[in-house]
Amino acid sequence: MTELPVRTNPEDAPGGKRTDEAESACSAPNAVDRRHAIKIMALAAATPGLASCTVDGGNGSEGGGDPVTDGGDVVADTPNPASNPKARGDAWDPDLIDPVIPWDLELEDDELASLAVLCDLILPADERSPSASSLGAHDFINEWVSAPYEGNGDDLVLVRGGLRWLDRESTRRFGDPSRPGSGPRFRDLPIERRTAICDDICYAETAPPGFEFAARFFDRVRFLASTAFWTTPEGMDDLQYVGNVPIPTWDPPPDEVLRHIGLLP
Amino acid sequence: MDSPTPTSSTTLPPIPWKPPEPASARCGRRSTVWGCGREQHESAAVRQAQDYDAVIVGSGAAGGMCAYVLACSGLRVLMLEAGRDYDPVTETPMFQTPADAPLRGAGTPEKPFGFYDATVDGGWQVPGEPYASAPGTDFRWWRARMLGGRTNHWGRISLRMGEYDFKPRSRDGLGADWPMEYDDLAPYYDKTEALIGVYGSNEGLENTPNSSPGVLLPPPAPRAEEMLAQARCRELGIPVIPAHLAILTRRLDAARISRELWPNNATARRVTEESMNRRAACYYATPCGRGCSIRANFQSPTVLIPPALATGNLDVITDAMVREVTVGPDGRADGVHYVDKTTGLDERATGRTVILAASACETARILLNSKSGLFPDGLANGSGLVGKYVMDTVGAGVGGQIPALENMPPHNADGASAMHVYMPWWLYGEQAAGRLDFARGYHIEFGGGRKMPGFGFMGGLAGFTDGAYGRRFKEECRRYYGSFIRFDGRGEMIPNEDSYCEIDPDGVDQWGIPTLRFHWKWSDHELNQARHMQRTFASVIEAMGGRVTSSVHDDGARAIAAPGVIIHEVGGARMGADPSESVVNEFCQSWEVDNLFVTDGACFVSNADKNPTLSIMAVAWRASEYIASEMTARSIR
Repeated sequence: MTELPVRTNPEDAPGGKRTDEAESACSAPNAVDRRHAIKIMALAAATPGLASCTVDGGNGSEGGGDPVTDGGDVVADTPNPASNPKARGDAWDPDLIDPVIPWDLELEDDELASLAVLCDLILPADERSPSASSLGAHDFINEWVSAPYEGNGDDLVLVRGGLRWLDRESTRRFGDPSRPGSGPRFRDLPIERRTAICDDICYAETAPPGFEFAARFFDRVRFLASTAFWTTPEGMDDLQYVGNVPIPTWDPPPDEVLRHIGLLP
Repeated sequence: MDSPTPTSSTTLPPIPWKPPEPASARCGRRSTVWGCGREQHESAAVRQAQDYDAVIVGSGAAGGMCAYVLACSGLRVLMLEAGRDYDPVTETPMFQTPADAPLRGAGTPEKPFGFYDATVDGGWQVPGEPYASAPGTDFRWWRARMLGGRTNHWGRISLRMGEYDFKPRSRDGLGADWPMEYDDLAPYYDKTEALIGVYGSNEGLENTPNSSPGVLLPPPAPRAEEMLAQARCRELGIPVIPAHLAILTRRLDAARISRELWPNNATARRVTEESMNRRAACYYATPCGRGCSIRANFQSPTVLIPPALATGNLDVITDAMVREVTVGPDGRADGVHYVDKTTGLDERATGRTVILAASACETARILLNSKSGLFPDGLANGSGLVGKYVMDTVGAGVGGQIPALENMPPHNADGASAMHVYMPWWLYGEQAAGRLDFARGYHIEFGGGRKMPGFGFMGGLAGFTDGAYGRRFKEECRRYYGSFIRFDGRGEMIPNEDSYCEIDPDGVDQWGIPTLRFHWKWSDHELNQARHMQRTFASVIEAMGGRVTSSVHDDGARAIAAPGVIIHEVGGARMGADPSESVVNEFCQSWEVDNLFVTDGACFVSNADKNPTLSIMAVAWRASEYIASEMTARSIR
């Protein structure tokens, strides 16, 4: 799948590895000072594997002022910082061709590991598509909850608190009553036990009293994991979405579609 | 400018924004003077020494059209745009997917319609450019600070106003009549449609005008859900006909069209033909709201401004925030004051006429801020009507889930981005007979189906599946994918005295320019109409065998979208036949200042359910012809 460059660590940039575990660039879109912004965008342009698309139109939109990299260190202040020299490069006028995510990622490795397990419980691998975590759903949730917006900040608390709740509930249900606080973590439980907990929180309408928060947490993770999963190429294939390709003419729906909806016998 | 519902799930106060750095410190961003061929040449100072025939404020539907017609007519034109230079050909992300964007393309405070929306430096909040709403009202003012303005993200729904729409007061005693008839504007609708490229069909329905033969491009075939709605609506007596959208379903016949548009003008013919030949036909992928790098959809910077530049008669200055129209000792307009946003310095541009095309409310703001000893209440405001009778479109919607659309055989359902068919207003007879509790109509836009999954995909599915997760959740998503549909009404608002904008005595933007304060009140006509919309949509969903998935309010005040949300605001400098009851005449010419024109939506007298952009362009074309002929005849000196 494709991944956006989130902040970049100079050591990682030339290797083509995903670079979302690196140090902070800035805290909010508009807090980026110009020089720093240029460095971020230059690194973005240098990071291989980005799904950037050269738009039609004669003037190649990319390549102008390619950043020079030397062992991963970026020579900043290139005259054309990214693929779109007209864009100012902040949140109001981002580079739409080669986007970057200019905020810190908040979740810790341990939290991400637990989140990945939960994402896979919601969207496991099957014969048609891989699991959510293998497509980076937990990383997307990290991107989402780390964004510098009020609603996203609320989700950070919800996700963080929900992961703690899952572990506490695992201990409460399946730990040793004589040793409170030292039980199995959710992600270490066998699948039947994980499912037993999730069955209680998977739907707000049927969640037992006291599980309201956990149900809200589960629903939010399901929502975000679904967004992450089905917006990847693998997720789109799973749904058998067949568009986003240029076609010369537009034809009516195939007969089998019209039969399906009852407009043809 | 209908656009999809914002996908924002976050709310946040506007992010503090620092003023731009001086041009020297910034990359690719400076107050730019463009001439022929989009090459930067000469300085603003040099060009201002020229004697411009017209100074146009704004570069969108109205400003772009005025620049095209006037430059083609041989006038020397200066266009001022408050936002940055923008080129859809090189700046549009075409095949990128949500996974290529931050937050999977979700709306944010800075990009309310999602990351890929073509609007840059715009939205309902623009940093450094506040506005206020009077207590009890909540007007949302969308702006797009960029070359081409809102034409870049416009939904491109191009419906003609009909004969009723120009004479509403004569028909039912409400609102006011236009000083022109449909037949006066019809030739300009033809010209505009031929120039920009509009697909659609002629159905001959009441108050839903046909275009002249050879003008429209063939409409694309309906998608599956559109065909199902068409079949079921037939049973309900609701017509579902091809929509009219400014998207090329085939290449334009450039030689023929340019010849017909400009039979006696070789330069205009040449530049028009060359520009049209650079436009490709739609390839039925990627949403139009991103812009279009192949120029298949209509945008001012790909369709109107390039041929105007190619005449050699147009200069464009971007990042030029106009503050006021200046007036000479003779009481005639002689130019504008603007702030060069890249330097913060006040600048001046002069010309023999001034054309305001800055968008309805921005135009009213400029007029109200143009105070002088001769015009203490603002320019062209002797009637006191500048800023008054502002209208938006009535909006209300309902979503549904249609079992017949579940588990559809895979097929490409992208199409021309937006809807292929729509429902024009069909209850004129009911209204005439007094059987409805609102006076004016609405049309229905709708969409759904197997589109590319985006942010929020399957967000409501937990409710449909009693909280499914695991393998069953995946299977349910496959089943439900493509089965959701949404109907949105777009209805006529009748102008009223309580809906207006004025200069906020307590407000100023970061350029030091006094800001607007909005007042708003819906009448029962709008509220009842919104209620009727929701009931109708629920009945259509049920007729399709589906279930309604959103609220259907019996209280119109809860059904109706907040004013400004539909982004069809017009009025504020309305035209009329009587100087005491209007600001401009039928040619958009100010009654008080004969070389001052208002060609954008501000001049609208009524706001039919038809999305206004096409009419803005037709009105601007007609006014531009008048300006050109008057200047040639020297009746405007």
